Amino acid sequence: MGLETKPLSTLHEKASYNVEDFPVPTGREEEWRFTPLSRLKGLHNGAAAAGGVLVHVDAAPEVTVETVGRDDQRLGKAYVPADRVSAQAFAVFEKATVLTVAREAVASKPTVITLTGSGAGAAYGHILVKLEPMAEAVFVLDHQGSAVYADNVEFVVGEGATLKVISLQDWADDAVHVSHHHALLGKDATFRSFVVTLGGDLVRLSPSVSYSGPGGDADLTGLYFVDAGQHMEHRLLVDHSQPNCKSNVVYKGALQGEDAHAVWIGDVIIRVEAEGTDTYELNRNLLLTDGARADSVPNLEILTGEVAGAGHASASGRLDDEHIFYLQARGIPFDDARRLVIRGFFAQLLEKIELPELRERVLGKVEAELEK
Amino acid sequence: MSDSSRVRSGSTLEIRDLHVAVEDKEILRGVNLTVRSGETHAIMGPNGSGKSTLAYAIAGHPKYTVTGGQVLLDGVDLLELSVDERARAGLFLAMQYPVEVPGVSVSNFLRSAVTSVRGEAPKLREFAKDLKAGMDALSIDAAFAQRNLNEGFSGGEKKRHEILQLELLKPKIAVLDETDSGLDVDALRVVSEGINRFRDSGETGVLLITHYTRILRYVKPDFVHVFAGGRIVEQGGPELADKLEAEGYEAYTKASV
Repeated sequence: MGLETKPLSTLHEKASYNVEDFPVPTGREEEWRFTPLSRLKGLHNGAAAAGGVLVHVDAAPEVTVETVGRDDQRLGKAYVPADRVSAQAFAVFEKATVLTVAREAVASKPTVITLTGSGAGAAYGHILVKLEPMAEAVFVLDHQGSAVYADNVEFVVGEGATLKVISLQDWADDAVHVSHHHALLGKDATFRSFVVTLGGDLVRLSPSVSYSGPGGDADLTGLYFVDAGQHMEHRLLVDHSQPNCKSNVVYKGALQGEDAHAVWIGDVIIRVEAEGTDTYELNRNLLLTDGARADSVPNLEILTGEVAGAGHASASGRLDDEHIFYLQARGIPFDDARRLVIRGFFAQLLEKIELPELRERVLGKVEAELEK
Repeated sequence: MSDSSRVRSGSTLEIRDLHVAVEDKEILRGVNLTVRSGETHAIMGPNGSGKSTLAYAIAGHPKYTVTGGQVLLDGVDLLELSVDERARAGLFLAMQYPVEVPGVSVSNFLRSAVTSVRGEAPKLREFAKDLKAGMDALSIDAAFAQRNLNEGFSGGEKKRHEILQLELLKPKIAVLDETDSGLDVDALRVVSEGINRFRDSGETGVLLITHYTRILRYVKPDFVHVFAGGRIVEQGGPELADKLEAEGYEAYTKASV
């Protein structure tokens, strides 16, 4: 299959299964200009040596788990790779994990997929999560260890189904992870994504959403904490091509230390046929020290005149002196005041994690970052 | 309460020849004022006279640079202390525009503040009781405690919340910066009652900064100071407020130029 030549939005230029359709990035391309290519350890140009990431699934009884080969016809149906690394991962992954929730089944517990890096060398993965109509399930993707990993994750949410996904990038300090998460929402489907990125040398995660019928509702939340030297990049794309769908994107991050770098790209396309779309996207960055940098680029492209709502907001700034002053003026020491304000910054997001155990783990991690 | 307990904690705030600048512009030009426990001082003056600068400089807001003078609380120079140390030393500033702090609940904030000021965490049950009593007295709805700090509060709610903190933290000296501004008569009465309850303990001094005489009908001052051009230009008793009510600040604004 070649490049799609149909004039798409300017925000979504390419889609192909063929690696050669994407030139090796040089860093000058719009989609690569923020990413430090030299730290990708060869994921972008095929130079990466072979390594491994172990996939372990602890599934709810209502979820069917399969490990399949490249030739499985269900793979790559919802998502066509949108850049070189994604296409590379799709071209060379050996085994894929397919998780299916049958029609009207309701998973009785979260299904946890643990991906553990085993050290040096690159690995490529593919996961397909498929909810048949009216099914409901919660999935956790838990990324740990040391890895050089590129993967594509497809979420197919059937008619009227509800899928909630928590993806935790809790990698070791030297990990490199380039990932695409694509959700395809059927008629009246509900998708809730919660992304938490804390660990790794370089994480570039591209969550995207498209709709195959009207009435779909996507809510994408992200939380990241970037330390000295870390590069954490989140590239959101919501493609509204069906009428009366909703999307809401809220990503918040804190950065501290020399060369801590966060990138957030929030692309939303509302196509001519997507009348009645209701969309909002927001990114906030809290720069806790000098030497940290946040790039935040919202793009909203509206091709129809009939939207229910469309907005975006982006702000990056330091801790507000007035907040700290107010708390200190009530006797609260500076360090405690700072911690309260930062915890408050993330509080509304954390409330959205419905699994108490996971919420505590994320909160604990954030608290630990603040102690550094 | 016995008389001996009132005498025990007599405190004094002494402001001596205080000079304060904001971005190299001198705002306060030598302020001298002493406030003792049991006393209520009203500072009145036209807009831009430096009243609020005095309040924020004493509290230690980073925007204000002290270029001369001293502020002593029971002999300790507050200007040597950080903002939170001043509060723990017994100073309280009720702010004119309390800032909204997203994601920090009122109850969490109050517990942190009380813990810091008292030096130990209050017993949970006791704190809940004090908080409820304080909120009831100020006609604050119980759901308020779970809301985010000052977020979406009306003007009246913000001011009531400031007075709630005053009653919970029990400072030695309270500086109230235009606590009356933006309040309707009902809210003004509730807030004034809170200030009076606090004053009636007899252990605290109050420095009430206001533009209008309205609040002084509810909170009777012992001393009235007229502020103009960055210093106190006239002092007197409550009768001075009546004079200001009748004549306005015109005489002082002209004089200070």
